[in-house]
Amino acid sequence: MDTSKKTIIVFSGDFDRVFAAFIIANGAAAMGDDVTMFFTFWGLNALRKPKKQATSGKSGLQKAFAMMMPRGADKLKLSNMNFAGAGPKMFKKVMKQQNVMSLNELIDSAREQGIRFVVCTMSMDVMGLKEEELIDGLEFGGVASYLGDADEANVNLFV
Amino acid sequence: MTAAIEELKELKVDLVVDARGTSCPGPILAAKKAIGGCPVGGVMEVMATDSGTLKDIPAWSKKMGHDYLGSFDDAGYLRLFLKKMK
Repeated sequence: MDTSKKTIIVFSGDFDRVFAAFIIANGAAAMGDDVTMFFTFWGLNALRKPKKQATSGKSGLQKAFAMMMPRGADKLKLSNMNFAGAGPKMFKKVMKQQNVMSLNELIDSAREQGIRFVVCTMSMDVMGLKEEELIDGLEFGGVASYLGDADEANVNLFV
Repeated sequence: MTAAIEELKELKVDLVVDARGTSCPGPILAAKKAIGGCPVGGVMEVMATDSGTLKDIPAWSKKMGHDYLGSFDDAGYLRLFLKKMK
């Protein structure tokens, strides 16, 4: 098997874009590749726990950001045809009808396949998200950690 | 060059993976999960309904170092065959 590395930067917090990122990540892992996904800025919202978590040490603005942003993969908006939240519901309905894996299933599958999730700590600070507000099993790093992996990868995507 | 339908139908299949009803990337995820249960040199069959599988299983086989043997449409679903090489 010809193993290679793939890295995917998940910058967007749009449901459709995050979905595409996870399809590619799962596909690459199924083809035997080592995959690392880097979550930065809006992409962090995909990794939020669905329930509000008790935190301390946030500024007023950080609290406001965290409150306004979608809490978890189920709450993400569509980049197009969002229709104030009706769009994602319709999308998910059709996806279910077509037996397409849900975003949460793709995230679980990514974990089962050993895909690494690295979260940008600077984005966490800016957006007022604490470790305890994000799902378990994440790594935390900065740009050098991404670049280090990207150097060794033959595909690097920015979504 | 892949095998003719008659040759595929006569293959001794060691492992069948039913990925019918799943959409991309379901069939390759199913293939990856199942391949461990197939002996080296054995034939694995993937059953699928997603037409993209016709391109995906050959690509997956090539990447994983297995020999893709071919496919045919069996009354509404696809049957794809590959030989596990390692």
